[in-house]
Amino acid sequence: MIKPNLFKKPQNKLEGGTPVINEENLEIPEELCVLCSSCGSTLFRRDVENSGYVCPECGWHFSMSARERVEYIADKGTFKERDADMSSKNLIDFPDYEDKLEKAQKVSGEPEGVICGECEIEGVRTCLFVMNPDFMMGSMGVVVGEKITRLFEYATEEKLPVIGYTVSGGARMQEGILSLMQMAKTSGAAKLHSDAGLLYISVLTNPTTGGVTASFAMEGDIILAEPKALIGFAGPRVIEQTIRQRLPKGFQRAEFVLDTGFLDAIVDRREQRRYLGKMLKLHCEEADI
Amino acid sequence: MDAYERVAASRAKGRATAQDYIDNLIIDFEELHGDRRFGDDKAIVAGVGKLRNMPVTVIGQAKGRSARERGMRNSGSPHPEGYRKALRLMKQAEKFKRPVLCFVDTSGAYPGIEAEKRGQGLAIAENLYEMMTLKTPVISVFIGEGGSGGALALAVADKVIMLENAFYSVISPEGCASILWKNAKKKKEAAEALKLTAKDLHELDVAEYVVKERDTDRGFRNVYSQLENLLYEEFSKLRQMSDDELLAARYEKFRKIGRYE
Repeated sequence: MIKPNLFKKPQNKLEGGTPVINEENLEIPEELCVLCSSCGSTLFRRDVENSGYVCPECGWHFSMSARERVEYIADKGTFKERDADMSSKNLIDFPDYEDKLEKAQKVSGEPEGVICGECEIEGVRTCLFVMNPDFMMGSMGVVVGEKITRLFEYATEEKLPVIGYTVSGGARMQEGILSLMQMAKTSGAAKLHSDAGLLYISVLTNPTTGGVTASFAMEGDIILAEPKALIGFAGPRVIEQTIRQRLPKGFQRAEFVLDTGFLDAIVDRREQRRYLGKMLKLHCEEADI
Repeated sequence: MDAYERVAASRAKGRATAQDYIDNLIIDFEELHGDRRFGDDKAIVAGVGKLRNMPVTVIGQAKGRSARERGMRNSGSPHPEGYRKALRLMKQAEKFKRPVLCFVDTSGAYPGIEAEKRGQGLAIAENLYEMMTLKTPVISVFIGEGGSGGALALAVADKVIMLENAFYSVISPEGCASILWKNAKKKKEAAEALKLTAKDLHELDVAEYVVKERDTDRGFRNVYSQLENLLYEEFSKLRQMSDDELLAARYEKFRKIGRYE
């Protein structure tokens, strides 16, 4: 399933060059074709879907819903979801939060902003969580924090690795301080998992910012990113407002973050299953491979 | 006072800074500098000293008392090296079984190019990660502003104590108003909505204690003596616990805040 906003390049005004396209002028029916928001090529929707939402022309990684990503990365039919029905409450009576939640549920077709479970990747059993860009920009509230914490705790009990895909605008301000506390809670669970000698690989996708960057996204034994993903603590707009100047081109993109030494590798989405499978096997007992 | 008035009070010029607390509560304080990686971030003052007769490690976000000092200290907004200095000294405290006392007073971790280049997100993440299993008691006292992840990075603590007019929030009321309502003038409404006052945080189980500020115009004397008693008592209790008990209680404390039923 493709949603119309899926192909919008997340706004980063600092990097110009995005072609302005008036969709009304397009002659090809929209159902069949999409435009790459990075290079402007007209692409067959089916081709894009079949290549994991990566532009075959320029390699731009389109946004991908959590559900589609789970299907894309887990071995077929192996995913068993955990805590699937948890949904948020308005714990601090924040104005209009219920409406926002309802809207996010409608837009995403999911009860909350992360999908957690276990599966096999290239035949190796692992826990997997995938944050959802379509649910309030992947913001982290109590339920997102709780689901990820429970997954780490389950993985620690079951002696399983964890693979986590992040996408987030940060902590969810409608939950006030309780959203901030999720950073501590998830970090604690990730630490206990690590202290048990278990592997955690985080995969940072566009964009990963704020409280998620400052907690479990950066706590992986191995930290990966998708090409050109925006990764940072402060968002580009906040930094620009603070320093009152424009940011250099490419700032906070995955390639820049790799150069500054904070990523292990950038892995093209189409290569990720193979890469993760290989990494998981490298952390198995010799007898199990 | 309404929520925003308390936010304003927490930021008021002349309000006691972390250095004032160190001067008034800690005997024989010696500052220790640097993260041994990159540099010495003066937004964080840290060192060793005694709380009464108890050796402690002290780490505080220091805004500076004069305009010049505020410049030097970046008004208490740390860079990654500040958080790394804090973590280095926490690990040192763990080694020597010294309790850790943190003073939190920051509008947030600094949002700048250099801070990002040096891994601000990672620096905060590492503190959260390591503090959760630090084998020595940690108490964090919020003395002014408690700005988001930049505050939390010194507050994964066994006990959190809030000054009556300190606040602690996921985002500043101004930031919240401008993002959510596209209008920074709605900061008062945002301050109410965010539930960021000491009283709110106590009700939400984020803070264990609130220290009254009755005597603020007399140089915080009353605050210092209340705080000295409370800190000494709490550290003494925490030191009775085994490492396992201490860490289990700390984990459970954060585990149950806003717990999903």
